Amino acid sequence: MQKEKLAEVKDLKIYAKNDDGDIIPIVKGVSFDIHKGEVVALIGESGSGKTTISLASLAYTKPGLYFAGGELLVDGEDMLKAEPLRTREIRGSKVAYLAQSAAATFNPAITIGEQVTESAVLHGKLSQGEANKRAVELYHALELPDPERIGFRYPHQVSGGQLQRLMAAMALCGKPDLMVLDEPTTALDVTTQIEVLKAFKKVIHEENSAAVYVTHDLSVVAQIADYIVVLYGGEVMEQGTADEIINNPGHVYTQRLMAAVRPKPQAGLGSSVGVEHERDIPAIRIKDMTAGYGGIVNGEPKIPILQDINVSVKNGHVVGVIGESGCGKSTLARVMAGLLPQAHGTVELDDVELEGDLRNRRLEELQKVQFVFQMADTALNPKQVIGDIIGRPLEFYHGLKGKQKHAKVMEILEMVELPADFASRYPMELSGGQKQRINMARSLAANPEVMLCDEVTSALDSIVGANVIRLLTALRDRTGVSFVFISHDLSTVASFADEIVVLYAGRIVEQGPTDEVLMPPYHPYTRLLISSVPELRIGWLEDTMQKREMAVGIAKDVEITSVGCPFFNRCPMGIEGTCEKQNPPIRELSSGHEISCHRTVEELEEVELEVQMALGQENADKLVV
Amino acid sequence: MMTKMVLRRVAIGFATLIVVSIIVFVMTSILPGDVAQIILGQSATPETLAALRKELGMDQPGYVRYFQWLGNMATGDLGISKAGGATIESLISGRLGNTMVMSGLVAVISIPISIALGLWAAMHPGALLDRIVTFGTLSLISVPEFFIATILVLILAVELHWLPSTAYLTGEETFLELLRALAMPLITLVIVVSAQMIRMTRAGILNVMSSPYIEMAILKGVPRRRIILRHAFFNAIGPIVNVIALNLAYLVSGVVVVETIFSYPGLAKLMIDGVQTRDLPLVQACAMIFCSTYVLLILLADVASIMSNPRLRNPK
Repeated sequence: MQKEKLAEVKDLKIYAKNDDGDIIPIVKGVSFDIHKGEVVALIGESGSGKTTISLASLAYTKPGLYFAGGELLVDGEDMLKAEPLRTREIRGSKVAYLAQSAAATFNPAITIGEQVTESAVLHGKLSQGEANKRAVELYHALELPDPERIGFRYPHQVSGGQLQRLMAAMALCGKPDLMVLDEPTTALDVTTQIEVLKAFKKVIHEENSAAVYVTHDLSVVAQIADYIVVLYGGEVMEQGTADEIINNPGHVYTQRLMAAVRPKPQAGLGSSVGVEHERDIPAIRIKDMTAGYGGIVNGEPKIPILQDINVSVKNGHVVGVIGESGCGKSTLARVMAGLLPQAHGTVELDDVELEGDLRNRRLEELQKVQFVFQMADTALNPKQVIGDIIGRPLEFYHGLKGKQKHAKVMEILEMVELPADFASRYPMELSGGQKQRINMARSLAANPEVMLCDEVTSALDSIVGANVIRLLTALRDRTGVSFVFISHDLSTVASFADEIVVLYAGRIVEQGPTDEVLMPPYHPYTRLLISSVPELRIGWLEDTMQKREMAVGIAKDVEITSVGCPFFNRCPMGIEGTCEKQNPPIRELSSGHEISCHRTVEELEEVELEVQMALGQENADKLVV
Repeated sequence: MMTKMVLRRVAIGFATLIVVSIIVFVMTSILPGDVAQIILGQSATPETLAALRKELGMDQPGYVRYFQWLGNMATGDLGISKAGGATIESLISGRLGNTMVMSGLVAVISIPISIALGLWAAMHPGALLDRIVTFGTLSLISVPEFFIATILVLILAVELHWLPSTAYLTGEETFLELLRALAMPLITLVIVVSAQMIRMTRAGILNVMSSPYIEMAILKGVPRRRIILRHAFFNAIGPIVNVIALNLAYLVSGVVVVETIFSYPGLAKLMIDGVQTRDLPLVQACAMIFCSTYVLLILLADVASIMSNPRLRNPK
């Protein structure tokens, strides 16, 4: 049955005008249709024009852009020609917007309830009382905790995943005909992403509204979209039903996107180090370390984050640290770098104990441990040219000046695969991926032994991110530098780490060689993480939600405890009376592979068998049908 | 959490006052000239000087005098003017009242006008009125206040004869007469302090206007008026109240030029007179009053910005 057409994008052109008056086409004649009750995904890397197109359906352009041609009809009305007063009526009532970062798009000074209902009331669609009632209904539908009262809270009082769902309530409150969702799950942890995706899908279905879903992540698209438009450089490469595009991509670019989809984390993907850099003593080692914030009282941090951490990074190895946001990943790197002195325990570099506070460390110790920050945008001084940014550590640590310094800058630029003339450019002139390379080049210039990379690929598109990972691997092989690679993305970590450390609520639940961590038996949390990574398969979301660990573990919040296993409240295998009362023992499966769990290795293996059996049964059922 | 932060600010305010009192005391003590010498003038003999010093307590060691002075100050005993023999209280009280009337009136007029104009300018950036306001306030900030005062006197008093050029008070004016007498210094001061407050309000709002949550409000179809008043204003309160507080404090202590031009008997002028006559107790008392005003106003501004922060008002 042909669905009713809601919106029509016809040969849409959006151009930018820069300060010199040059006109740069951003969207170069894009056409597609949106039907009622249908989710249309716009997919492509950054710069493909997907966000610009989606905003056009709200009769909005970012500053500096303008509509250059074509039509964008919603219910037969051209959004591109709407008068300013009319655009205000359209926004929020006919077409609603959901942004990438709910944390930034909620006003910190206004209660959630007022923000959710504001648009519906302003447009006269509902009275305040009706809007409040509808909001509570939506909170219920989105499975938010305490739906009757969550509206009285302020944005900082709820978690990121909840805020993301609250934004969906904000968009839906005015019963819009069309919703625009701009990368709404990109910034979330995998476990939270599932929860949010599930809620979106349910509510879109129940409300029978149409949606434009903007993302660069094909696996997410496979779960939610009915129709897919593949964009590159402001042009449509290919469009079709989700089934056609996912299962039978025609265009080369779509195939490239598919290839860049991070593979399901599994054994055998990690690289291992060349023998020439292998050495016995660890580059950096942490022993029985506890750290936190708010000052140290009686030898314990006021707000403890990390507890009893033992990690060792071998020379020339890549150690991946993974876990959900708030689990203490960045804190671990900050302790290693001396940015946050530990409360107790030791940090050793080449078997020599380091001072906790970097102000007390010697210059060469500082030089050997370098930090690469997540946001290259904020980490690079916008007023300095690249040559100065990279030259600074060369001068500071190695005393290089003039020609020598220049030569070394050239060498480092070559190492991060950027052209030499970048030395005279400013960070603003570079793309996101290039900036991240400069960010790493600066650390590299110190000639470090250990590089601490904090979520360095998280803000990048999959293709650009994959290139950065390839570069990191090449650098490791060439220089023998050790990496501590922090990420919430298990697939990225699995693709190139030698060892993996799984953190949960400030404690290490499992660590070991990549291949062993990603093979059963798993720690229950490791397994939750692995099964939360979306697959490029239609129907994956539904299948996964059926699984036992999802039912138990997905919707719960992380609780930091000092007694018992912190994962207990989300664990499908918890032993009541034991797990929440006693700290779990550390079970050594092989040299260097440790799982911290009350369940024995045999019990963990048994569960794995059951799952395999169940899966086998399911497949068998499918065959019969 | 919030109470703790407010208490902390109050404690810091107190500490600031103590430090300032020490500085005031030490600085005035090392000023050249000896009060005993000044009082006795030509008739000074070494014996009478010593006797007077003893009577004034000036033979005691410094720290003893400091604590005595601080204790007196705290209990409201501001001492006796060393130049005239009158109590400092009697000298100050009338002047303090005048200063309070003046700065109170200026505040009542300028704060609403400034915030309204600042908001208006922020609502229509680049519009004609915005450009007039930004250009006008910038010019007014860069012009010294005596210049503004002189121009006003030339136009309103000398040319048009609308207002008296001085603001000398007899103490028996009706309210209307009082307003008329005060009009000139009032207008001058309103212009001087409003310029800064308008600019800060406009800048504070426009700074917040580039936040993602403002773009979200635009995409929700919220009218610009409401965006500014409901979404932006509350997030910009911190810097705005601080600039208001600084300007109010300036009104109490820094208006000596304006007071002089219009012969207005305010506190700042009294302090300058005190410095000229080496009347240390008077200078000390005035300095402490000015300082307390600053500390109190900045404290109020801090508390206001803490209260306006929902994170602190509603902890997790």
